[in-house]
Amino acid sequence: MPAKKLNLKDKYRLLTRDLDWDFSYEDRKDAFPFEEFEGIKITDWDKWEDPFRLTMDAYWKYQAEKEKKLYAIYDAFSQNNGHLNVSDARYVNAIKIFLTAVSPGELAAHSGFAFTGRQMGGIGARIAAQMQSIDELRHIQTQIHAMSHYNKFFDGFDEFSHMHDRVWYISVVKSFFDDARSAGPFEFMVAVGFSFEYVLTNLLFVPFMSGAAYNGDMATVTFGFSAQSDEARHMTLGLEIIKFLLEQHEDNVPIVQKWIDKWLWRGYRILTVVAMMMDYMLPKKVMSWKEAWELYFEQAGGALFKDLERYGIKMPDYTDLIKAEKEHLSHQAWWTFYTNSQATAFHTWIPSDEELDWLSAKYPETFDKYYRPRWEMAKEMADKGERYYNEGLPQLCQTCQIPMIYTDVQNDPRDIVYRSTKYQGERFHFCSDQCQHIFENEPEKYVHAWLPVHQIFQGNCGGPGGLEKVMDYYKLDVGKANMDYVGSPDEERWKNWKGVA
Amino acid sequence: MATQALRADYHGDRKDTEDKFHGAILVYINWDKHLFFYSAKAFPLDPNMPFAAVLEHVIGTHFCQHPEYKNINWDTVEWTLNNEPFTPVMEKSLAENGFDHKCLLRFKTAEASSFEAAGI
Repeated sequence: MPAKKLNLKDKYRLLTRDLDWDFSYEDRKDAFPFEEFEGIKITDWDKWEDPFRLTMDAYWKYQAEKEKKLYAIYDAFSQNNGHLNVSDARYVNAIKIFLTAVSPGELAAHSGFAFTGRQMGGIGARIAAQMQSIDELRHIQTQIHAMSHYNKFFDGFDEFSHMHDRVWYISVVKSFFDDARSAGPFEFMVAVGFSFEYVLTNLLFVPFMSGAAYNGDMATVTFGFSAQSDEARHMTLGLEIIKFLLEQHEDNVPIVQKWIDKWLWRGYRILTVVAMMMDYMLPKKVMSWKEAWELYFEQAGGALFKDLERYGIKMPDYTDLIKAEKEHLSHQAWWTFYTNSQATAFHTWIPSDEELDWLSAKYPETFDKYYRPRWEMAKEMADKGERYYNEGLPQLCQTCQIPMIYTDVQNDPRDIVYRSTKYQGERFHFCSDQCQHIFENEPEKYVHAWLPVHQIFQGNCGGPGGLEKVMDYYKLDVGKANMDYVGSPDEERWKNWKGVA
Repeated sequence: MATQALRADYHGDRKDTEDKFHGAILVYINWDKHLFFYSAKAFPLDPNMPFAAVLEHVIGTHFCQHPEYKNINWDTVEWTLNNEPFTPVMEKSLAENGFDHKCLLRFKTAEASSFEAAGI
């Protein structure tokens, strides 16, 4: 006789809440040793509302179905030489950045959610975090597979996992996730689950996915669609964790506020690279970084923080600064990479006249005044055969690890912001008040940051012997995978395929 | 608590203490309002090096790509060390000039100003 089929409600209960058990001979606190040290007070895990009604068996079924469709499209893309349909080979450099700098973050998120999926005391929260953990693992895999076709035809993809722990600008993303993963479970949830997945994710994924769609990159678009239902689940989990923590105990409010202030800032700093991608790297532009920020943060984020006001949560007090920085961010970033692209795993270029005009129109307050003259100077130098590469290594911010490129946009945008503090007799430098406060709040966490520039000087990146050794240590194929797009093997192959002289 | 940690005695081992730089100190140098160089540059320098040698062999080789570098009148340059006004003594060493590990040296130039409005 076949087993009696369970009704949906019973099945849901049995496969979610009923997976928990009571501790009869062990102390519950020993089973969840990370639950209290952050100062968060949980009075009743039963108040957790499952943000999505999904059981593990249904989860596998949905995901398997999505995978089948996704890989069918990847196969078709590959068989039809889909790389030939992108708007221009310059575009591919945007997804080189995605694979080297964003995809490894998915793996880090997988590990972080596996941790919270084990360590949070409530079964509902644990199961939701476990599903997200598996999603994140799926995302890095599907991203690698989406890019693997490009890897056959373009330089700069093949050593992404080796580069992750070594290359100077990739350390920025790595340090973000290392910071989150080495925090307690609740800070991780506020850092990645809420601040990144809920508040900032639209500024990462929408620009990359719509950029892919505009520029004919069907592999990345398809990945984006396939991840979308996962992302929707991640967003509801991020919002639930915030509401749950705030409703559990009023003492949680200042702790959560401090985490939101920290992690929105850290996430925003990483988005510098997205700003640059949108404004400079897409041959066919979607919208400017400034417009994206206004749409996805100032409008959508503004409404969210209005909702959170009733819990006593406020919009971080640096949002006026970010508003001012949106006029400068992408230009500062592309200049940094352009002048340092002897040490990047992608190509750079001087914007065309048409692109310069687009930037002038999108940034009427700042572009012609501060940034167009730089590109004109760079062009003049390149035309004389003196393409400008910056000599030496930059000063880095101790917290975000980004070179100290940010300027005092609210007073004089020509002045770099310098902040520093002394801890145990040693001076530490920061790009902003926010990065300084994050450090001062937990100096023991940041004094052992692995800053690429200092590591090079200490001889830990290929030993003494100059930058050539460092490039070997990075496995960076200098002159092939980096420097100017114009004259690169990428460009040469593209022209051959397209039959352009 | 110096960090939110499971163990009250948690501490991080400082990664960039002076002893790890093989006798050098780290010095960051910036040419103010010249964002042709996107940030200050970092150098491991021998603290016994005279300031004049830093000017010639470090600043001279790392900032000279700027088309206006040759127009700098070094007699009128304004210096700051760790954001305090500073007058270098050319023949004295970095240490004697008050440089310490991870210090920030900035200079302002009045003459090299063709690109002043744009801050390049």
